[in-house]
Amino acid sequence: MALNLAISGAPSRDRVERRLVLAIARKELRDAVRNRWFWLYAGGFTALASALVLAALPGAQIVGSEGFGRTAASLVGLAQLVIPLLGLLLGAQTVATQHERGTLRFLLSHPVSRTEVFWGLYVGQSLAMFAVVAGGFGAAALLSAGRGVATDPSLLATMVGLSWLLSLIAVGIGMFIGAASRRAGAAVGTALVVWFALVFLGDLGIMGTAVATRLPVGVLFFAALANPVEAFRLLAVAAFRGSFDVLGPAGSYAVDALNGRVAGLALAVLAAWVLAPAALGWWRFRTALDL
Amino acid sequence: MIRVTRLSKRYGRKAVVDDVSFTVAPGEAVALWGPNGAGKTTVLRCLLGLVGYDGAITVSRLDARRHGKAVRRLLGHVPQELSFFDDLTVADTLAFSAQLRGLESARVGEALELVGLSPLRAQRVGALSGGMKQRLALAVALLSDPPILLLDEPTSNLDAAARESAMAILESLRAAGRNLVLTSHHFDEVAALVDRVLALEDGRIVFDSTPAALAQRLRTRATWRVRLAPGQISQALAALQEQGYAARSNGQGILVEVAAHEQKAALDALRRVGLTVTDFEPWH
Repeated sequence: MALNLAISGAPSRDRVERRLVLAIARKELRDAVRNRWFWLYAGGFTALASALVLAALPGAQIVGSEGFGRTAASLVGLAQLVIPLLGLLLGAQTVATQHERGTLRFLLSHPVSRTEVFWGLYVGQSLAMFAVVAGGFGAAALLSAGRGVATDPSLLATMVGLSWLLSLIAVGIGMFIGAASRRAGAAVGTALVVWFALVFLGDLGIMGTAVATRLPVGVLFFAALANPVEAFRLLAVAAFRGSFDVLGPAGSYAVDALNGRVAGLALAVLAAWVLAPAALGWWRFRTALDL
Repeated sequence: MIRVTRLSKRYGRKAVVDDVSFTVAPGEAVALWGPNGAGKTTVLRCLLGLVGYDGAITVSRLDARRHGKAVRRLLGHVPQELSFFDDLTVADTLAFSAQLRGLESARVGEALELVGLSPLRAQRVGALSGGMKQRLALAVALLSDPPILLLDEPTSNLDAAARESAMAILESLRAAGRNLVLTSHHFDEVAALVDRVLALEDGRIVFDSTPAALAQRLRTRATWRVRLAPGQISQALAALQEQGYAARSNGQGILVEVAAHEQKAALDALRRVGLTVTDFEPWH
């Protein structure tokens, strides 16, 4: 079946064919699982998640009826730190490395459009990230079950789903970086800087600004929420605890001012972050990349 | 079949292809002839839509910019730089290519047979020699039996035997009325395969004629390009012209017409005045 995603007035009038997107995605996924870096990332994430479970107090649940315990908090912290890094690196490497090696030229000398190639690569990388996330949290849950502590399957699925959403954002940003870079090394370097900015500088910047300018708590809340990593954390907290008390004054503000719409707002922020960088990457890949 | 109108491609301020126009009639075979950097490969990349360009290209009346996929369905491409997915096997590479072209997998075996790669079908592409990769590229290009083949130095990585076999394949395709657009440094290839030669120099077409006319031109005018250390062009021009050579500036070097037996004398004329020649290559 063919999808017509062509934009009126755009340079290409080629119709986008789903079979081609899926063929490229399958190839990309197969390449990813053959890549030693993928196994390093997946193994590292699984090992860290498992270590957090092992380090938890005996009898503590990862996520379940006892609420937002230490283990769950640690896993959310791990996800918000590691998943953006993996997604950014995979996304940045896939376009830039294939550009550098000339394999993008090989692909695009076939009767496929740039749109099909870009989204094929994106879908392939996203599925690879799903395998990393599901594998990591799945292993942690199995380990927990092995210690006689069951994990609430729906909350585990929520954790995997939210983490995958975060990984989609990172892959999209990474692919934009890759499409805008001439060299794979430069793309990876830029991806690391973006990761650092998202995970550390965003938080520190807001804290520093708050101290220096005494911004109202509402402004602080929305400034933090604009960062996809913070939006992810907020949603994870909401999913596991059902309360934002652990977020301090900003959490109280969120509850008072937004009256139950916080999760929806955070989800909207994440959705916007999923779409915008990937769309920018697609635009860049379509229009500006000479091969 | 192919119409190229006022094609230009710039990288920054440098025009790699500069206002090039030509047509290729149905069944015609055309060679793009010229030294490295003349713009031959870039013209092929423009035809494939791999780079952005100014001007217009139509293939079978399809605008290559707006209908890139449809145009590439009509084209088979053998690139000069052979870049495949190294982890795939030979057969998987062709199967993936067939999938992208919407072909049945049976075509894979036929293409492997045609280029003599059947015994290597399970070999990883990364482990192939340059010559074998070139055969694989030819197999990929022929997979869908396209009406037009774009061949960028199609025999450059082949040994003598493999080159002979590749030439036999290309000659049979030519005899079958296939359109060929090829770049080559080998005059014998050009003479055997094409009806027309377009010579490119600094991104412009400077000669559009038959292989026989090119042969005549090569016999009567031996032009060489001399590359020099930076800042020495005007001094070198003066030195050569003073010795009676027809010489003119050409980008970062000089074009000088000399008879075969005069090459050493021309270089000596430059060295005598203390100039550093960094390269000396034939210019067609």
